[in-house]
Amino acid sequence: MSKVNSSNMELDLDRPNIEDYLPTDSIHEPLGKLRLRDLLDISPTLREAGGAIVDDSFTRCFKSNPPEPWNWNVYLFPLWCLGVVVRYGILFPVRVLILTLGWIIFLSCYIPVHWLLKGHDKLKKRLERALVELICSFFVASWTGVVNYHGPRPCARPKQVFVANHTSMIDFIILEQMTAFAVIMQKHPGWVGLIQSTILESVGCIWFNRSEAKDREIVSRKLREHVEGADNNPLLIFPEGTCVNNNYTVMFKKGAFELGSTVCPIAIKYNKIFVDAFWNSKKHSFTTHLLQLMTSWAVVCDVWYLEPQNMKPGETPIEFAERVRGIISARAGIKMVPWDGFLKYSRPSPKLKERKQQAFAESVLRRLEDK
Amino acid sequence: MGNTSSMLTQYDIEEVQEHCNNTFSQQEIVSLYQRFCQLDRNSGGFISADEFLSVPEFAVNPLSQRLFRMVDGLNFKEFVAFLSAFSSRATLQHKVEFIFKVYDFDGNGKVAFSDLLDVLRDLTGQFISEQQRELVLTHVLEEAGYKKDSLLVLSDFMKILGNTDLKMEVEVPVD
Repeated sequence: MSKVNSSNMELDLDRPNIEDYLPTDSIHEPLGKLRLRDLLDISPTLREAGGAIVDDSFTRCFKSNPPEPWNWNVYLFPLWCLGVVVRYGILFPVRVLILTLGWIIFLSCYIPVHWLLKGHDKLKKRLERALVELICSFFVASWTGVVNYHGPRPCARPKQVFVANHTSMIDFIILEQMTAFAVIMQKHPGWVGLIQSTILESVGCIWFNRSEAKDREIVSRKLREHVEGADNNPLLIFPEGTCVNNNYTVMFKKGAFELGSTVCPIAIKYNKIFVDAFWNSKKHSFTTHLLQLMTSWAVVCDVWYLEPQNMKPGETPIEFAERVRGIISARAGIKMVPWDGFLKYSRPSPKLKERKQQAFAESVLRRLEDK
Repeated sequence: MGNTSSMLTQYDIEEVQEHCNNTFSQQEIVSLYQRFCQLDRNSGGFISADEFLSVPEFAVNPLSQRLFRMVDGLNFKEFVAFLSAFSSRATLQHKVEFIFKVYDFDGNGKVAFSDLLDVLRDLTGQFISEQQRELVLTHVLEEAGYKKDSLLVLSDFMKILGNTDLKMEVEVPVD
């Protein structure tokens, strides 16, 4: 049994009513007096369970769709083989070269700037920002990234945060090449973690740990401090909290929406014809994911910078979060599902089951009174 | 039909179809197989508790534990047979039998008051007291002509549920 970890505390009571999304009929319609057959007839509950076994909206969010094999005939197969040769034999080495070149340039500028300009903070920050944007551009070039940016470019102003839907860690790189955001991320092991703790620190990143409950308050505080700081880099948050397959969005965590700042939504949609950019972190490591991207033809995506939103009077942070999620999903043309992304790592809160039980219990008691 | 292969042969499909009495079409069986493989993440040939409960929609169902115990350890053929009660081609008799099996936990063909109470408890949780549950059950049982210590068998269930509209169909998504 997987650990029922403390991120269950994330699953609050005051979240949008899942019953509105799930296709349920009421367990029993109140139809007069309670009879034996009404109690014995558990078919609606069974149907919901059967439906969940056969197909469910949560698993669909994390399904990476394998490309249909299109190359199994006499003339397409050699073409495909030629394609493989080009991709692995020509494109991949060129890309590795580009990336290596990029890293050399970056490090040879970054290290001196970081150590020698210790006193001149403003200049140092500006240069570091430009350098991070540079290395991200090199990364994007290494996958032949074709990114169409729509909308006004983000600018650094206090009291604003940026939120985007999340498909892979490359979302961050794609956005970062345009603007040096500060980001809030899960701390990763390995070389990614090394980059996180050195280079990304300079852009002003905040770390969290999914499995720690107390962490949530600390992170909340850090977010607030960052947003209020005048010359911090604009903060980018992925409120889904996990990577989703770019066909759906899962529920947004309210953390980004209760800071009292303007929220600027960003929608990202990848064109699956070229490559499926979804990073299934349970299946491959980030390194494998990058290699997969580097041996594909291109990464094509659209990025829309959408109109900044403020919390409306009388709106709760959760309603605000869902409203912004609706805006992003509509722009990117993807569907919304009512599940919390962290359910990938933990079980649903018992409150959800209790709500169903309560509804049924109340209907039984009500019908009992109808004599 | 090996555990490791994720391809079904025509022979396998027909065997499964026969086992479930043709309640699913061949396309539906292929879809169900994809689903089975998707849920059976460690390719053990059956779906474990953890894998079932990782489907949030299933985990929040009040009867998930009972259903899970019925479907635990089933291989694909038996999994399809289990789901056949949810097919639109399933007969009313089949559906009532399925409901009976959910109640008849120990599988002895008889449903006692305690079994009825257990299911009602799963469905209502802490929102009705135990005494109230017993009272409600005794009341409806007596009204239907049974006593508290009666043991219900399948034919009783058929009589009670036989003329209700059992809406238990689930659509199998076919790509």
